[in-house]
Amino acid sequence: MTAVLETQTPSVRSESGRPVPLGRLTVVELRKLADTRAGLWLLIVIGLATVGTSAIMLGWATDAEQTFEGLFGFGMLPSAVLLPVLGILSMTAEWSQRTALTTFTLVPARERVIVAKLAAGVIIAIASTVATLALAAVANLLAGALGGDGGWDIAGSLIWQGLAMQVLYVLMGLGFGALLLNSPLAIVAFFALPTVWTILGETIKALRTATGWIDINTTTTAMGEANMTGDEWARVGVSAAIWVLVPLALGIWRVLRREVS
Amino acid sequence: MITVERLTKRYGGHPAVDDVSFTCEPGTVTGFLGPNGAGKSTTMRMICGLTPPTTGSATVGGTPYRRLGNPGRHVGVLLDASAQHSGRTGREVLSLAAITMGIDTREVPKALDRVGLNAVAGKRRVKAYSLGMRQRLGLALALLGDPAVLILDEPANGLDPEGIYWMRGLLRDFADRGGTVLLSSHLLREVEAVADRLVVIGAGKVVAQGDKAELLAQTGTLVRAADPAALALMLERAGLTGTRTTDGGVVVPTGSEVIGRAAADAGLVLLELRPAGSGGLEQMFLTLTAGDSVKEAVR
Repeated sequence: MTAVLETQTPSVRSESGRPVPLGRLTVVELRKLADTRAGLWLLIVIGLATVGTSAIMLGWATDAEQTFEGLFGFGMLPSAVLLPVLGILSMTAEWSQRTALTTFTLVPARERVIVAKLAAGVIIAIASTVATLALAAVANLLAGALGGDGGWDIAGSLIWQGLAMQVLYVLMGLGFGALLLNSPLAIVAFFALPTVWTILGETIKALRTATGWIDINTTTTAMGEANMTGDEWARVGVSAAIWVLVPLALGIWRVLRREVS
Repeated sequence: MITVERLTKRYGGHPAVDDVSFTCEPGTVTGFLGPNGAGKSTTMRMICGLTPPTTGSATVGGTPYRRLGNPGRHVGVLLDASAQHSGRTGREVLSLAAITMGIDTREVPKALDRVGLNAVAGKRRVKAYSLGMRQRLGLALALLGDPAVLILDEPANGLDPEGIYWMRGLLRDFADRGGTVLLSSHLLREVEAVADRLVVIGAGKVVAQGDKAELLAQTGTLVRAADPAALALMLERAGLTGTRTTDGGVVVPTGSEVIGRAAADAGLVLLELRPAGSGGLEQMFLTLTAGDSVKEAVR
């Protein structure tokens, strides 16, 4: 094989100061979520599962339940469960596939890469909420035509709370990924640990009060119902601090310090 | 220009890199030689800011790597061709890097073409790439930002002879146009063909460095006699210690005249008497670094 060589002279440029803009890094991180087979299929599965929720509602739910609100609420379920896995892979793949070597060679300021990953996670959570809204609207039109209720009334709080929950869980996934830096381990821990805590909280009486504040599965249930109270938000806040902020903080600290090889 | 000043890296108590200093000038190719586990990769990772040094410092073009705002536009780095996501296509790997560096992604096909990867190869996932193709992809990545400095760790690994020849031409041309190249290898022959300067490292320490021609000139005299036993005896009497080469010759760290006179005095028939050149460098390389490769550390 022969190759044509360019003729310009390589020389160190003087404008070495400007770092790579965060917007560009976020675009790169968003693209990385979907440009591998694993990521792309995860997104396709989430999309199909969300369509599936509408199909189930239209096929089997009572006519009265076939409303925009009902379709939206049920439709948020697949992405709430699966989008965090995308967040986990975003962090862990850099190390398990060793792309951190390229990523941090091109952007030595690792904190900027982490911020871009968090931003990409939040954007994908927002996008999935918007997509779910659109899908629920289409399904609701069908419901109306097929004899279901088809009502359009939805409490605004439900949309915001649903969005907050998506963002929360994606950030939790990113936190677990950054903390463990190992895909299978992080995915298992992400699903198993909160569930183990839920089971413990239900079995052991002494833990019951604490569970109301610490168990993220329990506290976020309120986010699926309209007009959350201050107390409910406080409980979400406390559990999120434990399950989202702590892993995220420790994980970022780990990624910033870890030697890349 | 790359400047490495007294770089040291310790893991536990064990020094992986011990007080390493050297510079790479624009317009030259510097060969970074050493057996596996000698500390080449650790040194290169420290230059690129991926591994924090225990002590010492390194700069590229006068700036520490981590302070380069958009380093891809200044330094092309290939540390490990296998460190790519196996599920991404070659083209996508370059596209991500192009966006990061702020380069038009339309440059990507050209970059692939430059290293001999065609459009079909670009659309394949890295999983399907041979090591040689991964090295080419890694070189394309390193060259993408049109850098002035190249830092390449064992880039010839997995390339076929034709590929190695091609890469030499590419690096030579890059340096001739004023670029700086630092290139590591554990094979002397591979580096000798393209490097202007050599830095030899063993057990974390620099054991020799300088102009390739100078180093080759300093490596002693190769002598071969009709009677090897008599030659050994003669050298011993003259107080000279030689190292035996694999083909029956002896490399002696002295000039040819000293040996010639001693041989004449002893009435010894010599079959060969010449500067040892790269054979001597190889002997030195093996002697200085003997035993290190078997102790290669697993981290």
